Amino acid sequence: MFDDFFIRALVAGIGIALVTGPLGCFVVWRRLSYFGDTLAHSALLGVTLAYTFDLNIALSVFIISSIIALILIQLQRKTNLPGDALLGLLAHSSLAVGLVVIGFLTFIRFDIMGLLFGDILAVNTKDIFIIWTGGTIILIVLKLIWKPLFASTVNYELAEAEGLNPDRAKAIFTILMAAVIAISIKMVGLLLITGMLIIPAAMARNISDSPQKMVLYSVIGGLLSVVLGLFSSLEFNTSSGPSIIVASLILFILSLLNIKQSIKLKN
Amino acid sequence: MNSDNILVKLNNVGFRQNEKYLVEGVSLQVEKGKIITLIGPNGSGKSTTAKIALGIYKNIEGSVEKYTNKIGYVPQKISIDWTLPLRVSDFMILTDNIKNNEINDALSLTGVMHLKNKNLGNLSGGEFQRVLLARAISKKPELLVLDEPVQGVDYAGEIALYELIKKISDTLNCGILLISHDLHTVMTATDHVVCLNGHVCCSGSPIDVAKNNEYKTLFGEQASQILSVYEHKHDHEHSIEGDIKKN
Repeated sequence: MFDDFFIRALVAGIGIALVTGPLGCFVVWRRLSYFGDTLAHSALLGVTLAYTFDLNIALSVFIISSIIALILIQLQRKTNLPGDALLGLLAHSSLAVGLVVIGFLTFIRFDIMGLLFGDILAVNTKDIFIIWTGGTIILIVLKLIWKPLFASTVNYELAEAEGLNPDRAKAIFTILMAAVIAISIKMVGLLLITGMLIIPAAMARNISDSPQKMVLYSVIGGLLSVVLGLFSSLEFNTSSGPSIIVASLILFILSLLNIKQSIKLKN
Repeated sequence: MNSDNILVKLNNVGFRQNEKYLVEGVSLQVEKGKIITLIGPNGSGKSTTAKIALGIYKNIEGSVEKYTNKIGYVPQKISIDWTLPLRVSDFMILTDNIKNNEINDALSLTGVMHLKNKNLGNLSGGEFQRVLLARAISKKPELLVLDEPVQGVDYAGEIALYELIKKISDTLNCGILLISHDLHTVMTATDHVVCLNGHVCCSGSPIDVAKNNEYKTLFGEQASQILSVYEHKHDHEHSIEGDIKKN
């Protein structure tokens, strides 16, 4: 019925949505959307390094993003610059360095559009393997650090006082962020990954009254976005990343309508 | 005093922020079943001392010996981010997996059982304070640190909650480090008072502290009488040993 590449894209996309759902909730709760953007921008550098040294793209992106996260933590300690300025500095300089390096790599043909916005044709079985094993590991680790991470998201001092070690949980979560960007870059593209994290979670926030429900709806929203986005990508011959994000935007708008209706019912 | 009973001990601790000492040279210990109250004017380092005891401030001078990990904390200020959809029942299991019946018991004790499924963002200040206290006691801690636990609670509720705190100290045999501005209510239950003003001004039983000259200059003659009055009442209660629910 469908071509193989489409089935592959669907399997990969579903794997990504299962991971970005819960992680995206924490991105929204902890106000990390710009941090996610910074890591995603630095991913371009990771991709160029992967091409230069013939490494696996996911692995190389994961390493570069983790390094950028470490640099950010160091800069936060050593300078008095506000966090958003540091994030902007790292995001744009790593993107620029990545683009400059691409300029030097004249011997390799780059599909820049594919890198920025995702390309379903590029997903192969190896990518699916990386997404599903990587995703499983990410979810297991997130489950393990859930308590301290969530408690410190609500209130850092309570978590610290009652012995939950929130600093360790935060450091591990940063690595998970780098990992989720690494596994989803091929599919969603580096400009739109943060959208995949935030929009389903934001949609879920509109219709949930507890953290567990928000995570559940965020996952469902992500899955629907991937399926709808990929089908429309196939139908209208659009890039996979933007199509998925537009689908999630439509779900978000629908969740707003739901709020208006429930307010009307109350009055 | 038997050293096995010590839950947390501060040895000559100090904490500096921006080259300025918030507290300096504070030594105190909290023991099982005892209530230690920190009093002192604004900015005297009461909350800072509590946070040092809890390990929230790490770059400190001196040392903290902690003999328990079962800690319940009611902070003075708590800002919760409303990007989180959080009900009271979710908040209760924030740092510990507490059974449903234990959650219900704690919420009933502080009089907010009816708020269990409400969103935390919709509570009034006093209601939220009762939920904070319920959360701290529900995990049956060995050490309770209560920083202004009844702020914003109505007057009748205030007295009831202080009675509850006293009761918890007896039934759970836990040590309590209490911070309060309200000299009236606190003194009925306190075993030991530490008067802070950047350093330990004076400490001892409520009656000792009330007599202390440094305390008098810090709080005025009036406050001294309050303490004495309550200490007197305290003496009286001791004469009919064991009957806590008097009055």
